[in-house]
Amino acid sequence: MSLLSKEYTAVDYVSGPLLFLKSAADLPYGAIVDITDGVKRVRGGQVIEVSDDYTVLQVFEETSGLDLAKTTVSLVEDVARLGVSKEMIGRRFNGIGKPIDGLPPVVADKRLPINGSAINPVSREKPEEFIQTGISSIDVNISLIRGQKLPIFSASGLPHNDLALQIARQAKVLGEGEGFAVVFAAMGITQREASQFVSGFEQTGALARSVLFLNQADDPTVERLLTPRMALTAAEYLAFEHGYHVLVILTDLTNYCEALREIGGAREEIPGRRGYPGYMYTDLASLYERAGVIHGKPGSVTQIPILSMPGDDITHPIPDLTGYITEGQIYVARNLDSAGIYPPINVQPSLSRLMNNGIGKGKTRVDHKEVADQLFASYARGMDLRRLVAITGEDALTDNDKKYLRFADGFEKTFINQGQANRSIEDSLNIAWALLSEFPKSELKRIRKEYIETNYGTQKLSELVTA
Amino acid sequence: MAGKIKKIAGPAVIVEDLEGAKMNDIVRVGKEQLVGEIIRLDGNQCFVQVYEDTNGLCVGEEVISTNLPLAVELGPGMLNGVFDGIQRPLDKIREASGDFIARGVNVKSLSRTQKWAFTPTSKVGDRVEGGSSIGHVPEFSFTHKILVPPNISGVIKSIKPAGDYTVDEVMAVLEDGTELRMYHNWAVRRPRPVSRKLDPNLPFLTGMRILDVLCPLTAGGTAAIPGPFGAGKTVTQQSVAKYGNADVVVYVGCGERGNEMTDVLVEFPELEDPKTGKPLMERTLLLANTSNMPVAAREASLYCGITLAEYFRDQGYAVSMMADSTSRWAEALREIASRLQEMPAEEGYPPYLSSRLSAFYERAGRVTTLAGETGSVSVIGAVSPAGGDFSEPVTQATLRITGAFWALDASLSRARHFPAINWAQSYSLFNRILEPWYRENIAKDYPEKRTALINLLQKEAALQEVVQLVGPDALADNERLSLEVGRIVREDFLQQNGYDKVDASCSMQKAYGMMNMMLELYKAGDAMLSKGGAITDFLGDAATIEKVGRARFVPEDEFPAYQAEYMKMLETAFRAKA
Repeated sequence: MSLLSKEYTAVDYVSGPLLFLKSAADLPYGAIVDITDGVKRVRGGQVIEVSDDYTVLQVFEETSGLDLAKTTVSLVEDVARLGVSKEMIGRRFNGIGKPIDGLPPVVADKRLPINGSAINPVSREKPEEFIQTGISSIDVNISLIRGQKLPIFSASGLPHNDLALQIARQAKVLGEGEGFAVVFAAMGITQREASQFVSGFEQTGALARSVLFLNQADDPTVERLLTPRMALTAAEYLAFEHGYHVLVILTDLTNYCEALREIGGAREEIPGRRGYPGYMYTDLASLYERAGVIHGKPGSVTQIPILSMPGDDITHPIPDLTGYITEGQIYVARNLDSAGIYPPINVQPSLSRLMNNGIGKGKTRVDHKEVADQLFASYARGMDLRRLVAITGEDALTDNDKKYLRFADGFEKTFINQGQANRSIEDSLNIAWALLSEFPKSELKRIRKEYIETNYGTQKLSELVTA
Repeated sequence: MAGKIKKIAGPAVIVEDLEGAKMNDIVRVGKEQLVGEIIRLDGNQCFVQVYEDTNGLCVGEEVISTNLPLAVELGPGMLNGVFDGIQRPLDKIREASGDFIARGVNVKSLSRTQKWAFTPTSKVGDRVEGGSSIGHVPEFSFTHKILVPPNISGVIKSIKPAGDYTVDEVMAVLEDGTELRMYHNWAVRRPRPVSRKLDPNLPFLTGMRILDVLCPLTAGGTAAIPGPFGAGKTVTQQSVAKYGNADVVVYVGCGERGNEMTDVLVEFPELEDPKTGKPLMERTLLLANTSNMPVAAREASLYCGITLAEYFRDQGYAVSMMADSTSRWAEALREIASRLQEMPAEEGYPPYLSSRLSAFYERAGRVTTLAGETGSVSVIGAVSPAGGDFSEPVTQATLRITGAFWALDASLSRARHFPAINWAQSYSLFNRILEPWYRENIAKDYPEKRTALINLLQKEAALQEVVQLVGPDALADNERLSLEVGRIVREDFLQQNGYDKVDASCSMQKAYGMMNMMLELYKAGDAMLSKGGAITDFLGDAATIEKVGRARFVPEDEFPAYQAEYMKMLETAFRAKA
């Protein structure tokens, strides 16, 4: 291409991460460029506005050292693309798809635009297959379904990274011979977190089925906007061209949104709520909506985005807009964490909207839904009583009420608090039965009689849980 | 002459020297012929909002005007259809571009090859006015009238005999040479004319007790469903779409989840229309603009949807339109306004947010059509307030316009109380205007009974607050009775199980019967207490209480007998102990 060699030199204005270029009207909107400064250092950039007066570039690294006289710009690609290949599995990349594991670049099978296209709604298949994460509270109460996008709402200081690693390690689809892969994208993580992830993936052997994209906190902010798109492009390729069931873990969306705000500010856009850009909903949707199952294609893309709620505030724009797009949420609770429970998942505000499609007979176990409902109801009652006890003391309770109180404790200490153990859905349901069998049968109102008859009192907690 | 692109910023493109450019005309942008609409003219420049992704577009590429405003094709072949935000059929797009939506796909809204069995109802020499019909075709079990476009009238010179035709064929010619086809185009931003708007004095029944009884909607009325995420907006809308008494349902998924649209697409064809026994999909048309589809098309989808609804109204049908969600529409408006660097008002929304919203909702109504028939468009708009905060601009602007307000409540849905509609916060402005209808069609004393029920709920709510502080034991027996019956009303009347075959939909007669059962229970309990009985006697009569509770699961045809049996039971209830 002749465009490749053409150099643009009329740099007119530099501010923050933005660079204004004159007489460069032939650059396509959204194009990727190389920016070379006076000492031949090359930075990446992207066209974010183009007119016949000037072209606005977003520079992928800091702009310090750029000058107006010597800086030149050349076109690399008409849109941002990622070279994809099956060989990516087991590899580590930086936030813009360059290998950082010391191995040579992958030989690309295709170069796909990272923005992707929307899945045609009529091509979508209804998501209804279960993914086992090996974590009881998720598998039983907030079941993850293939093609779903189920975020983890966490907050700073909580072990969501451990949880992410554990899911990446343990997740699998039930059934034989189904290829499973994990695409892991980290945005704006610290060096400490990065090495935690890298060693976590390496030591547990999870790396062999994973693709890692790591954008670190000291990497350019703008790259953070590309990282999840790179990851999702790789995921879509593996899922819809090679038939993998791909689980995409994105962390931490809060850093992504901050980057979005930072760029918006630099572009002098009119800010929306709390300074975040007005198009943040659309932007987030362009990530989250890339989960799904397609008619007649064997693979699937499932997403677990992780975000930390600033100030533990669920109404903050980031969790709020996320909640409007995703299909439920897994809520990581500070009070459970301080009680030493891991994973500290509070099932009460958590929800999986697609759960009922993918559980039950032939998928997990016939009694799954009713056990989940019963656990939820009994735990909710236990929690209510706990608040009451805080005021009146335990003596005011009936014996029956005390059972609920004990159940809530047991539920947290054994069912939720599983540590690093990998529990099958079968084991998780059995533990649930062991706990529920502490109630008289008549209290199990959400479960039909036949299931009570076959399961009540058959499970021993001591055999299921290693203390 | 073609114009040239001067500037590109996201979905907003500035075009120079486009000859004959008119406001709101549709243009084709660039080599890939992306669809766009002119939204501002300024000297020799026009601002275009592009309905497709603009990545890869270059300055200097050509822009051609179609010289037509954004319009929809109105004719047979729309029912059972799934379209994108600007009425392009998604299955045709899929044939053209595969599982992912490509850009610049040019497909017709209505099939040009499908034949329809036309039956003429006019003959040569008849004078036809705009909006009248010249014949009809069957579309599933639905009679689709072939309408004369509203702005055309004249005397028929020739008309095709009964037979099978495609929508493209000329069905009739007027004496002035005007050709009439089975379809016509209509610009979506212009309301279709009507002869007269009527008073909204008929109810739009949804089959949901809490809505039909406590905050009813009228045929041609407007309702807003605001609620934080996870409170069940979509479920409520889908339920109204399924069981509401409309002939045609237009469902606009505006910036919502792709998997949710799939749910509708999978579920509706399987569901039976309670009236015809045919799949529900055959009276439904869907406009799906999921949240990752282009933002400008999202803004247009609401107008496309209401225009399609108006078209069926003009044939004399009752149409309900669901818009899920108008907040996404407002955000699209905001996004485009900010790309055009317009001065923002509250929370970044453009100052014309409220006038655009009211112009949209005003297109609802029960009307006498141009042909003299009665038709209606009822609009139910979901609102997704940021952070669940009802004071934000879209919710507030919507509240000022709509007649019914169905407030969803996340705490109810967390308590698994469905439909999670907060009865204290919700309201309807249509109660008074519907009163005569209730007295005539349901029962003479219906409005009084309804008031009694509301009073009971209010009393219970007030008592609940006391109980929170001091516990139920501190209350007097008659207060405990109010508390108990109030709980029964909440759990067994207001709650409805959408998954239960019988309980999913409830007629007004049955709802009235159930109201009576509960009010009578209250009365009987009260009488028992005044005779010296205790609240424990009331609570001890589990059989009676269970009988009320099970009423909602009793099929409509068995209900009168069930109610009679219960009333008899009530005569002797509590008495043994009293």
